[in-house]
Amino acid sequence: MSFSNFAASFLQEAEELLRQIEGAALELEANPEDLDHVGKLFRAFHTIKGSGAMFGFNAVVSFTHHVETALDHVREGRVAPSSALVSLVLASKDHIQALLALDGEPSAEMADVGNAIAQRLEALFHPNASNRPRATPSAAAPALPAALPEPGAAVQRYRVFFQLDPSVLGVGIDPGCMLRELRDLGPCTFHSGVENPPPPSEMGPDFSLRWELTLATDKPAAAIRDVFIFVEDVAQIRIDPEPTAPAAPLAPSPIINIVGAPIPASAATAPALRPPQPAPKPAAAKPPPDAAPKPAGGDAAAAPAPSAGKPGSAQKKASQQATVRVPSERLDQLVNLVGELVINQSRLTQAFALEATGDMAGAVEAMDRLIAELRDSVLGIRMMPIGSTFSRFQRLARDLSAELGKEVDFVTEGADTELDKTVIDQLGDPLVHLIRNSLDHGLELPAERIEKGKAGRGRLSLSAAHEGAHVVITIRDDGRGINRTALRAKAESKGLISPDVHLTEQQTLDLVFLPGLSTARAVTNISGRGVGLDVVKRTIDDLRGSISLSSVAGEGTTTRLTLPLTLAIVDGLLVEVDGDRFIIPMASVLENVELSRADRQAKNGRNLINVRGELVPYVRLRELFDTRGPELPFEKIVIVAFNGQRLGLVVDHVLGSHQTVIQSLGRFYRNVGLFSGTTIMGDGRVAIIIDLAGIVRHVERAVARGSAPAEHHGPLARPAALAATP
Amino acid sequence: MTKTIMIVDDSLSMRQVLGKVLTDAGFQVTEAVDGSDAVKKLTSAPDLLITDLNMPNMDGIQLIEKVRAMPSCKQIPLLMLTTESDATKKQAGRAAGATGWLVKPFQPEQLLATVRKVIR
Repeated sequence: MSFSNFAASFLQEAEELLRQIEGAALELEANPEDLDHVGKLFRAFHTIKGSGAMFGFNAVVSFTHHVETALDHVREGRVAPSSALVSLVLASKDHIQALLALDGEPSAEMADVGNAIAQRLEALFHPNASNRPRATPSAAAPALPAALPEPGAAVQRYRVFFQLDPSVLGVGIDPGCMLRELRDLGPCTFHSGVENPPPPSEMGPDFSLRWELTLATDKPAAAIRDVFIFVEDVAQIRIDPEPTAPAAPLAPSPIINIVGAPIPASAATAPALRPPQPAPKPAAAKPPPDAAPKPAGGDAAAAPAPSAGKPGSAQKKASQQATVRVPSERLDQLVNLVGELVINQSRLTQAFALEATGDMAGAVEAMDRLIAELRDSVLGIRMMPIGSTFSRFQRLARDLSAELGKEVDFVTEGADTELDKTVIDQLGDPLVHLIRNSLDHGLELPAERIEKGKAGRGRLSLSAAHEGAHVVITIRDDGRGINRTALRAKAESKGLISPDVHLTEQQTLDLVFLPGLSTARAVTNISGRGVGLDVVKRTIDDLRGSISLSSVAGEGTTTRLTLPLTLAIVDGLLVEVDGDRFIIPMASVLENVELSRADRQAKNGRNLINVRGELVPYVRLRELFDTRGPELPFEKIVIVAFNGQRLGLVVDHVLGSHQTVIQSLGRFYRNVGLFSGTTIMGDGRVAIIIDLAGIVRHVERAVARGSAPAEHHGPLARPAALAATP
Repeated sequence: MTKTIMIVDDSLSMRQVLGKVLTDAGFQVTEAVDGSDAVKKLTSAPDLLITDLNMPNMDGIQLIEKVRAMPSCKQIPLLMLTTESDATKKQAGRAAGATGWLVKPFQPEQLLATVRKVIR
């Protein structure tokens, strides 16, 4: 049996610890005088080392040992925390992460990385390297010498004498256990002492803690010594091999491992000089002269132990909530089941409405309420505070700004804002992109900032907040802002837009989301490869969110990401096209207007409608889906907002709002870009959820192929021009 | 009668492995995440308490002192989990009233052997 089965759970734990390390390191840098953070760091590394050793991560253990030693110096106040230390701690964290990800032994290269970090750590507290660091513990060193029988070892008789200091009863030592352990090694013949002592609590003050016996065992003497490992410093112990010739007198042998006061030779040797004989009556054993507490043992037991933590901090986090870790697939399954349950419940409610019987009314209603509650709590399980990702960005901002020679205060707000875990997981990369952009393109170098009359240190804030059924994440910098003229020139030079297109300020700004556009002067390894904001936008669209940008030249740029709280449920507008049902995400719906066939034909197929003085382009879903059913004289246009512009979707009927649990499309339909999922209605019919981004993409392509009318204002105009580029 | 053992460790994976090995060996196991949690959960004395030393809120040494001061736990065995660099901690633990120690890393057999050293 071994512990390796638990390695997965250790890895999970280590990941969390490493995250804590990063957070604590950054906090330590911000407040170097707060040694609580050092304690936190120390404990985290210590746990990684201790548990890592249990699960066989030897490379991690030996490396972590160096970090732990360094932090111990800081914790003890021998070295002050410095930003060099923080950098090394962060580097260590990365290194450990890399080691944990390994499958097998680290390469020589990685070992070098580790050694370099260890050396620099050592240099922090031993500038002259005069003191040797503590030896790296060998991870394989066994805790106790294993008491394995030597193969074919002959049975050897040992004369065992031990006398415990009475103080051992106060630290939970039970002589009975020791005797049992001795008997486990082999048959014992008692010469003196109680063979079956009562539990310590029942031993009177006069109970004799002195035993002498002969043990016949095939185990080595070390195994016998092991029995006394916990009492070595508070007992006299003698273990002497008995010569095979029983008559030979025993030579006095040294008493092993006595930490206390030396025992008078006469007292120590006296019992051993007596030849083996039947055990005397227990009561006869009068307290030997040295039975009084020995100074060392007694003092040690009574001495107050130094306390490592501050008493005040003990209660600080006492009420930490207990948590259970569950693999996210199980949660997904639960969410799916609840989804099905909700759907069936609405079928039940509908069926019940048709043939209501009095008895069932209460039950159905209660079930309805319970299932709604169940759905909310299950979805609630998946909600996580977004703050868990924030610390990662803190690190990113720190490393990047150092690399770029910029100074920045990275501020986060609303770390406890909760979002569906799936959303949080997919949000990481887009946020990294945006933060990189702000640091690289947005913020100026300190000198440039001061010249412009700004503070030398830039400010980059990342905040999250709830806004209705959405979470809004804002990234704001106080850098140079986006130069619209340069942006436009760039887009024109890349042929992304034609020079004669008129764009509003906002539209110009939105050019940054075009694929293949980067305004950075040079391609750096940080940003500027021209794959950036378009990818960000795509990801956010996929999350059914939206991104918007505002920028004031010279004052900074603000990016707002609006995201749904969860991906599992969508609030939608249920519509009908030729007898089929579709759902349009409610968050995008602005209003519904009517379209008569006469109106449509009067416009001569231009697909534009005048909504209170503004022309709005529309897409007829009938045409898009190529339906054959008879057309209605009056159709409805659902006006939706997409990318800050308006677009109409022409449908047959608007049926009403519908909250629905999303079922993903089967594998066969993954490539149909127009839909994001499906849902099952209360009556068992399937409704398809429309993906607005997909529809717009589709129409853009159609327009580019020239199948759509040429005259456009609004969202379809720009893509038409854009799509001209390869 | 089934013997009960309380495990105190802030590391979930440590609690898991200790719990598994001890449960499989027929012990009844309760867990606490740190010293103050353990004190809270010590409503009745277990037959053995195994504690880590480095923990937030209340560390192992403080816990051992606290437990020894409880009338019901005066004589129960207390084992501490240490690493080799904790040599001084071992002394401090003993001074606070620990019965014995177990050096990390250890194998399941070593854990059980050590437990058997202190529980009848």
